Amino acid sequence: MRFLFKTHYNQDIDHLKHGGDRFWYGLLLVLVVAAPAALGTFYLGELNLVMIYAIAGVGLMLLVGYTGQVSLGHAAFLAIGAYTHSLLLGAGVPFLLSLLAAVLVSALVGAGVGWIALRMTGIYLAIATLAFAMLTEQTISRAEWLTGGFRGLAVPQPSLFGMPLTEGWQRYYLTLALLVVTLLMALNILRSSTGRAMVAIRDSEISAESVGINLAVYKTLAFALSAGITGLAGALFAHRLGYLSPDAFTFLISLQLLLMVVVGGVGSMRGVIYGALFIGFLPQLLAIARDTLPPQIAQAPGLEPGIFGLILVLVILFEPQGIFGRWLKIKSYFQLFPLYRRATHRRQKTYLRTERLR
Amino acid sequence: MVNFAQGDLMMLGAFMAVTLIGDVGMPWVLGLFLSVLALAVFGYLLDAFVLRRVLGEPQFAIVMLTIGLGFIFRAVAGLVWGYDPRSFPTPYTGESLRVGGVVVSYENLAILLGTLILCVVLFLFFRHTRLGIGMQATSQNQLAAYYVGIPVKRVFSLVWAISAGVAAVAGILLAPVSLVQPGMGFIGIKAFAAAVIGGFGSIPGALLGGWIIGVSEQFAGVYLPAGFQEMAAYGILILALILRPEGLFAQIQRKKV
Repeated sequence: MRFLFKTHYNQDIDHLKHGGDRFWYGLLLVLVVAAPAALGTFYLGELNLVMIYAIAGVGLMLLVGYTGQVSLGHAAFLAIGAYTHSLLLGAGVPFLLSLLAAVLVSALVGAGVGWIALRMTGIYLAIATLAFAMLTEQTISRAEWLTGGFRGLAVPQPSLFGMPLTEGWQRYYLTLALLVVTLLMALNILRSSTGRAMVAIRDSEISAESVGINLAVYKTLAFALSAGITGLAGALFAHRLGYLSPDAFTFLISLQLLLMVVVGGVGSMRGVIYGALFIGFLPQLLAIARDTLPPQIAQAPGLEPGIFGLILVLVILFEPQGIFGRWLKIKSYFQLFPLYRRATHRRQKTYLRTERLR
Repeated sequence: MVNFAQGDLMMLGAFMAVTLIGDVGMPWVLGLFLSVLALAVFGYLLDAFVLRRVLGEPQFAIVMLTIGLGFIFRAVAGLVWGYDPRSFPTPYTGESLRVGGVVVSYENLAILLGTLILCVVLFLFFRHTRLGIGMQATSQNQLAAYYVGIPVKRVFSLVWAISAGVAAVAGILLAPVSLVQPGMGFIGIKAFAAAVIGGFGSIPGALLGGWIIGVSEQFAGVYLPAGFQEMAAYGILILALILRPEGLFAQIQRKKV
């Protein structure tokens, strides 16, 4: 076990607590920066997609994992970010400005949704966000004069300060930089009073309210932040797709984002990264698995959503804290070596009372 | 407990009926009875083996779990029965009743009658039987229900059995007018909208909510430009959640601290 000797109050809120952390994160940073030199175009592209998922996941994690508000409609914010960005790029707005606008528009819509959702909790909120996502999808497919409907919308090539960003490694570094910035921002928010207020709301709305946290303000803020970050991911996702149409942002995408958060581990930013890696490389794993399965099962069209569902069910049943929770358990097993007990991580059951008396 | 897989249970019920009646060739009433029974047993086992494990976990886990189950059901149905839409033969297909100047097909009449009978039976069940009242108590406070001696686990399994059986009835009623296919469960989202508008825990409320959604969809289809028909249900749902989040027939009171 490691015992930290704290000499300053700020050490309590340090991102990297000790030398070990600094070493491993430094190594990780070196590895991801060096990755384009070692990886081929295909895997670089996949890694890029993983990082885009991770950005969206950070947004969703702020909302689901830290504020405790379930959203089944985050594909809508992804779509709003993607369409805003491509439309503005098409109108000749510079890349960075249009990225910023995508974030702002999504955040505004998110604030609106959050404001509407103020009075709802639990499943009502989940259903309302689902309905919002369905409405957005329909609106995009019907507003043909703006979005091209199902004919689709070509995404213009991005260029930064006059330099076209067409190569895989350029986009990789762009996404990497944005992911690092987003992660740092989210982590800093979480150790500020705003983040603490969000966590307080997650743990108990009533006690948060009674220590003077304005529920309306912080819930709306959490929605806006989450939507804005997801919108940023949407803008990057648009470049990845190259061609936007409403059926790229279905309920399945919302579910995939949630699956990422749940599989990675609700309530941890590292979980987002694990979840994104998992979601990003799952299709590859499935493709490999397809070769070994009998053809009538492997070629079935609806297999992938079914596998997603199966994984979701298994994770919730057997490891509700996701990959991150499993990692914590393994770590504490070795740290406490002969003394580890299963009961250390047992969660207390909370017997549900009805939503009716909230 | 919230079930996001309800629509998919309905789909499974419809497929069971199609298989038993259309493929195996059972008499219509027997096939109907058997498929409802099969779904009820399935619901019971589903709760006993899967859902019981998350009893006492946060609601979020249950929502995600049932969504995942819905996806699995859809994939399995696709594997077993294929993705081609199938029609569902009934003894009354194609015939219609003429009342005055209005022509009503027996298919729609069956839906109307079936729904009414189901609602009355469920209403009486929840109002007057020991089991029904125990279910209501369990839904209000699990711990208190344990204390007064209600077998909460078994009650939950029975609730799932009933709910799956009702879903099967809904699927069988719906099958003649729409086609039977793995994706037909998406109507379940609209069922949710109906339940939310009416207020959870109120069967007359669910009826009224369903009626509001159905009528407004049809009106939107006739009087508004194309596309609004699909949006109507969701728009009304959001509107209802803004204006009356507790539903029209509210059983909810906000807890004041």
